[in-house]
Amino acid sequence: MFTSPILDYSLLAPILIILAGALIGVGVEAFARKEQRAPLQLGIALVSVVASFVQLLRVRNVRSLKAAIDSVAFDGATVFMQGSILVLAFFALLLIADRGNFVAQASAIPGSQDEHSSIAEGKSQTEVFPLTLFAISGMMLFAAATDLITLFVALEVLSLPLYLMAGLSRRRRLLSQEAALKYFLLGAYSSAFFLFGGAFLYGYSGSLSLTGIATAIDVNSGNDVFLLIGIVFLMVGLLFKIGAVPFHSWTPDVYQGAPTPITGFMAACTKIAALGAMLRIFYVALSADVVMWRPIVTVISIITMLVGAIAALSQRDVKRTLAFSSIAHAGFLLTGIIALNQSGLKASLFYLVAYGFATIGAFAVVTLVRDSAGEVSDMNRWVGLGKKSPLIAGAFCLFLLSFGGIPLTSGFIAKFSIFTAAYESGNTTVVVFGVLTSAIALFFYLRVIVMLFFTEPKSDAVTVSVPSLKVKLVLAASVIVTIVLGVYPSLLLNSAQSFASFLR
Amino acid sequence: MDISNYIYLSAILFVIGAIGVVVRRNAIVVFMCVELMLNAANLAFVTFSRINGDLGGQIASFFTMVVAACEVVVGLAIIVTMYRSRRSASVDDASLLQR
Repeated sequence: MFTSPILDYSLLAPILIILAGALIGVGVEAFARKEQRAPLQLGIALVSVVASFVQLLRVRNVRSLKAAIDSVAFDGATVFMQGSILVLAFFALLLIADRGNFVAQASAIPGSQDEHSSIAEGKSQTEVFPLTLFAISGMMLFAAATDLITLFVALEVLSLPLYLMAGLSRRRRLLSQEAALKYFLLGAYSSAFFLFGGAFLYGYSGSLSLTGIATAIDVNSGNDVFLLIGIVFLMVGLLFKIGAVPFHSWTPDVYQGAPTPITGFMAACTKIAALGAMLRIFYVALSADVVMWRPIVTVISIITMLVGAIAALSQRDVKRTLAFSSIAHAGFLLTGIIALNQSGLKASLFYLVAYGFATIGAFAVVTLVRDSAGEVSDMNRWVGLGKKSPLIAGAFCLFLLSFGGIPLTSGFIAKFSIFTAAYESGNTTVVVFGVLTSAIALFFYLRVIVMLFFTEPKSDAVTVSVPSLKVKLVLAASVIVTIVLGVYPSLLLNSAQSFASFLR
Repeated sequence: MDISNYIYLSAILFVIGAIGVVVRRNAIVVFMCVELMLNAANLAFVTFSRINGDLGGQIASFFTMVVAACEVVVGLAIIVTMYRSRRSASVDDASLLQR
């Protein structure tokens, strides 16, 4: 009754290489000497990300549903999303490796003698690198998984390391631990919804695979109540991960409390993975039942855009602001799911990359603005930053303009193509709201730019520390990608076009 | 006994867990409620497996148990750190991040 499984290792290798790197990293953490650990860990992490990317490029033209029996699909969308996760993770790792963002000893109580002595002895733990690699492997699997068990396991593999990483901040440790607790409790809550929804979809269709569910919906074989419960609960779990309203309340808290490089990684890469899985579930498994879920997703998308854009206006903290901006972008990205056509998928893929680079760049700037006590994210103290360090503030403005969707930045092309896709599919309401909220959001972004460049600095002004080589690399890459994708979008749009397909 | 009763039981357990997460204030109890929800999903998987005559649901429940165990490890680590630095495991006390 059981046949031995056939695994196609060349297609699974990108994920396996990352996992191997993570396991080696755990060994290094246990056995390597203190002073060797940080460079070794960074080296291992970067090498495994690059090796995984190279392997992905080698097999990019293979299309197979049988990579791991029926659980992992290797199709165009998988290649594109895994590739963009790896590229963004590479830059996130550089940001993570930048000096002194992480706690010396996570177990020491904040403010205790223990903590002082751990800092005085120069203790350093670099467990954040293996944790990042584990999270990357989970993200890559989440974007490729085609059955409910694999989806759930991948969801947890990507989430569990992130819960821990959110609590590793070196400064303001109470805030950071609180962020970890909130992220964990709400994340576990939403995974339970995801799993319960999965159980009811299984009950409806008698199959755990997405194609099996699609077939069951086509022939309308099961109990419709089960299908409704299944879709709604599964959606709750996924919407939580991308931070859509009304499941967004964790986003500002976690973005603010977590160490800034982790926030950047989380914002860029988790969004690709979660939206990738969501696109796959809706395009492959549930596309036949579109009349049922499209109104729900439309309403959620509109509310998400509005709440994100309006709440961002009243924030005083840069990281919270970026969190609300990411909520608004989750709303824009949902229009790609509503579109349910090939150009919607293409636009979503492009949007994710454009948004990811701008996000990592913006958080890289946040790590640089400091005073004697560490990073300053209070926006009132950013006033007049453009007069002191025009380059850094200019880069930040570029990322904000890209978030706002100004022409000649990647954000414009991304928004334009995703709204076009939604319009082509006949969903004009969501497009109208999308354009309106873009305008609201733009007002806010312009206000920040005015504050940075056209206001006199105050006396308690912050300093912009000189970026290290790693941060310079991240900033340069983000700026170049944001401009180039705005001016020559066809570079990426064409490949997004050719990769925008799901096997079913 | 009608097998669909197990589905009702699973739904009731899930609702108890979901309400518990919202109303209880102790982080450990909140976490136990989440575990109750996961187990409700497990019961649903196993029951549907029986109804559909398919082994997949039983396999799924094993995976869920393993994942839930991992989640306990990570969750308790976070809750214990939190408790050690504040001497309280109440989720209401964790409110530095709200404005």
